[in-house]
Amino acid sequence: MTGGGSGGEPFPGGRAERFQPERARADFPALSQQVHGRPLAYLDNAATTQMPAAVIDAVAAFGRADRANVHRGVHTLSERATAAYEAARATVQRFINARAAREIVFVRGTTEAINLVAQSFGRAHVGAGDEVLVTAMEHHSNLVPWQMLCAERQARLRVVPITGAGELRVDELEAALGPRTRLLAVAHVANAIGTVNPIAAIVERAHARGVPVLVDGAQAVAHLPIDVQALGCDFYAFSAHKMYGPTGIGALYGRAERLEAMAPFLGGGEMVSTVSLTDGPRWAPLPHKFEAGTPNLEGAIGLAAAIAYLERWDRGAVAAHEQALAAEATARMAALPGVRMIGQAAERAAIVSFVIDGVHPHDVGTILDRHGVAIRAGHHCAQPLLESLGVPATARASFALYNTRQDVDALIEALGAVREVFA
Amino acid sequence: MNDARGDDLYQTLVLDHGRNPRHRGALAGATHSARGDNPFCGDRVTVALLLDGDRIADARFDGAGCAISTASASMMTSALVGRTRAEAESLCRDFEDLLAGGADDTTTAALGELGAFAGVRRYPVRVKCARLPWQTLVAALAGTGASVTTE
Repeated sequence: MTGGGSGGEPFPGGRAERFQPERARADFPALSQQVHGRPLAYLDNAATTQMPAAVIDAVAAFGRADRANVHRGVHTLSERATAAYEAARATVQRFINARAAREIVFVRGTTEAINLVAQSFGRAHVGAGDEVLVTAMEHHSNLVPWQMLCAERQARLRVVPITGAGELRVDELEAALGPRTRLLAVAHVANAIGTVNPIAAIVERAHARGVPVLVDGAQAVAHLPIDVQALGCDFYAFSAHKMYGPTGIGALYGRAERLEAMAPFLGGGEMVSTVSLTDGPRWAPLPHKFEAGTPNLEGAIGLAAAIAYLERWDRGAVAAHEQALAAEATARMAALPGVRMIGQAAERAAIVSFVIDGVHPHDVGTILDRHGVAIRAGHHCAQPLLESLGVPATARASFALYNTRQDVDALIEALGAVREVFA
Repeated sequence: MNDARGDDLYQTLVLDHGRNPRHRGALAGATHSARGDNPFCGDRVTVALLLDGDRIADARFDGAGCAISTASASMMTSALVGRTRAEAESLCRDFEDLLAGGADDTTTAALGELGAFAGVRRYPVRVKCARLPWQTLVAALAGTGASVTTE
């Protein structure tokens, strides 16, 4: 776990507090419970993180006092709701250092963000014989929308392979960027094995060939500094629920000139400036053109609260803490008989993927759960990746800011029980 | 019974069949077969039968899965050999009752060793693992050649 998985970029400074994991843990009500009579060791953070009380309370406070529809009411509550919703957008803009708030589109999550780009940008720019480039380490959400698009447009989906360690073959990427490549879609962090991709360098190569880049940032936002201008990407997608926020909300960043040139994804209210039955509709300006219907207001407010919570801490210290826990877990697990680590990229997020000889990951997951240890077992919605690494499924422990050494102890102890049952 | 080990799920008999599955492999001359998938975990199983008239002369399964689905397939195929089609279908219904928690004493008695799966119902996600081979068996007996899925 060298390099700290930070991608080399420092976190932006601020008025952050010194990071104290034990204090952070106390901020998350769900973590104080017992599961099967043991203290919960929640290590399924790459799937969904828990929410701090600050986020839960922000959503509840909106529901108690400010709930109304946005952008149309002339009454006080609607004005408050609109202000809170647009303030949330500004918070996201600042968090990822976008140039303008209109470059931030609220969506249901990473999956919807990618589908928006596939359906809107993709349909306009990808035709018969064109190519869309993805990598072998993508989550299904950054694969299936492109498969659907390519099938519809009779285009070709090309896949950049990975090494046995789980790193992107950058030489192959270079070779795959051709005259028919219309878009490159790549994960910032691979969800199943934690590989951190060198996005800025990848974008530079793609842009040199005139190829726009979409980055799936779902696994990155809570753990790495995100500066979309420094990364240079055209689109960046992420979800709130992997960064201590609610489910059902996320954001798509798109460079203004890209979004301006794109047709709407969904039609309806909120996304039009004028509608007439004789002429066609005129689209609302960015970002509302892409936000048909009443948006997920609670979600946006929860996402902004999650960002505020994250930024309360010294994020460099948070990242170092997560990395230290993952490194300790990796070292102690590698010493257990029959345990094999999957994914050995030099730059890795705090994600530990492993298999145990002769024991299916699902059986590992069930026994760990009996010890209060929550992990993910299965293909992690990344079947092509696991196929290229030669395993049908893995068990995955993933770390967040509230995890502690006690969680690592619980994991190691529970793995001992797995060995006993399946001896 | 030590809950922390999941002993109600991982009964000795189940662990034994999971480790050393019986009736695993291809079945030459199979008259009926079907494939089943559990998209949730990627488990897949093929069930093949050799019917002699109305009687199951041989049964095999193949595929990769967890201890629960492997043991379920192993114990299912072991129980099938020698039964008539109607008896096999009845066994399927009894096993489903067991997984759903509705097995009475008569049903449990009819299931014999398969009663070792009674604890699975306390693990809702793992019920699918135990059910997959049986769903596949039903498809094989129906003879449509279709594949089934747990979802």
